[in-house]
Amino acid sequence: METRDIVIIGGGPAGLAAAIAAYDAGCSDVVVLERDTLLGGILNQCIHNGFGLHTFKEELTGPEYAARYVACAEELGVECRLGSMVVDVSSDRCVTVVNPERGLYSIQAKAVVLAMGCRERPRGALNIPGFRPAGIFSAGTAQRLVNIEGQMPGRKVVILGSGDIGLIMARRMTLEGAQVACVAEIMPYSGGLKRNIVQCLDDFGIPLLLSHTVSRIEGKKRVEAVWVSEVDDQLRPIPGTEVRYPCDTLLLSVGLLPENELSREAGVELSPITRGPVVDDSLQTNVEGIFACGNVLHVHDLVDYVSQEAAVAGESAARFVLDQVQESDSTQICLCAEGGVRYTVPTRVCPSRMPDKLTIRFRVANVYRDTFVSMYVGEDRVLHRRKRVMAPGEMEEVVLKKSDVLARPDTSSITITLEGE
Amino acid sequence: MSKETHELTCINCPLGCLLTVVVDDGEVVSVTGNTCRRGDSYGRKEVTNPTRIVTTSVPVVGSATQKMVSVKTAHDVPKELIFDVMRALRDVRVTAPVSIGDVVVADVCGTGVDIIATRCA
Repeated sequence: METRDIVIIGGGPAGLAAAIAAYDAGCSDVVVLERDTLLGGILNQCIHNGFGLHTFKEELTGPEYAARYVACAEELGVECRLGSMVVDVSSDRCVTVVNPERGLYSIQAKAVVLAMGCRERPRGALNIPGFRPAGIFSAGTAQRLVNIEGQMPGRKVVILGSGDIGLIMARRMTLEGAQVACVAEIMPYSGGLKRNIVQCLDDFGIPLLLSHTVSRIEGKKRVEAVWVSEVDDQLRPIPGTEVRYPCDTLLLSVGLLPENELSREAGVELSPITRGPVVDDSLQTNVEGIFACGNVLHVHDLVDYVSQEAAVAGESAARFVLDQVQESDSTQICLCAEGGVRYTVPTRVCPSRMPDKLTIRFRVANVYRDTFVSMYVGEDRVLHRRKRVMAPGEMEEVVLKKSDVLARPDTSSITITLEGE
Repeated sequence: MSKETHELTCINCPLGCLLTVVVDDGEVVSVTGNTCRRGDSYGRKEVTNPTRIVTTSVPVVGSATQKMVSVKTAHDVPKELIFDVMRALRDVRVTAPVSIGDVVVADVCGTGVDIIATRCA
């Protein structure tokens, strides 16, 4: 059987950044497995601008951002196998791949980096009553049709869900001559970035209906109209509030789910909140030698942060291979999310190994104004920062200093919480 | 004209800083709330001459791998010209090979800004 130091599953932004970081850390026996026929993942269809301001200090489109990483990987000579779909990962890091030329084969890896990304929640997850007519697309499918295939999915559009892809597609469809009647969002706040509401909806006068959902889809062969109702505080449609929007297309932007079927097969523990692996500060899962990064770990808003996170995973994987670090020997401290903080990544920290400054990413459960983000190491508050606005659609981060942890050797937990003052 | 205060969300990057722009007699007096220089210039422009980068994709002929090539305005253009830019690109076709940065349409709509490719084909 083929043996490799590091196998990276997924050739999108996370997989490429992980591969580059592994090389930079001194491990060059790396192979990236990508099921598509090209590298770059979802960035290839994200043709809008706004990528890379943190990484490259300039504003790029998705394809341009991807091209920078592809070029860097090529320059280093990273081996990337396209058309290669991983069908199984075992807990002892044997990766089974299927490819049209080589058929089914296995690679024994010393370390594996999971970078499979996420996929969209489908209509089936929503329980909208009605027939199954043509004209209902996930926002990402519509994005692919318009930007890659050059096909318009429809002319009169209603969008359910205010995730970023839905907002981006509201603008995209409008630019291509479609009429977008409204974006309905069941929650009282948007799931997308504020900047996207400004430049994708407000710029074009597209209404965002908060606390509204689609209660009925009309049409048997093709969507003819959708009914949008206001919802109560239990998120149930309020009878009598429904408005009929004649349209031929309904786009769904109702959430992204990390794609962890392979992780589960390998025995990787998943968080019920992020639906991604539970990881420590090196982004290692509970299975020794298996690391995770990018949208398979938790769904990101920003590719720049994916790249940063993936570099940590790639470097950690290289260190694992080169140093034969025995993780199980070192003690770990739990990171607790409390008081409006829904989750943190990572959830465990190893004080002896952690970097001098560890970035901890999290999301909040609601919209909070003039609230403080606080971090406690044991009983001591080591961080207290005021935020004007925090929302579930925008990922937050804090930095944990190693010195703050080492100064308190008896600490058994670190807590991140929101405080009114 | 008297003093006006505009509350804006900066669209330059996904941080989405909340800006407060004070305008006095048509002149921007102050921009606050931004965390970088781009925020300052966005705040000033947005209340006087709002601009946007326009991105779209155009069909490509002769590419083995792709039907479409993504393009953008090389710089921001006046917001009210977004649809004029789209109209100018409606019948544009490009021929492979295309490299990132290739000019697809020069000086679109008299803005002095080129449309450039953002993907190879």
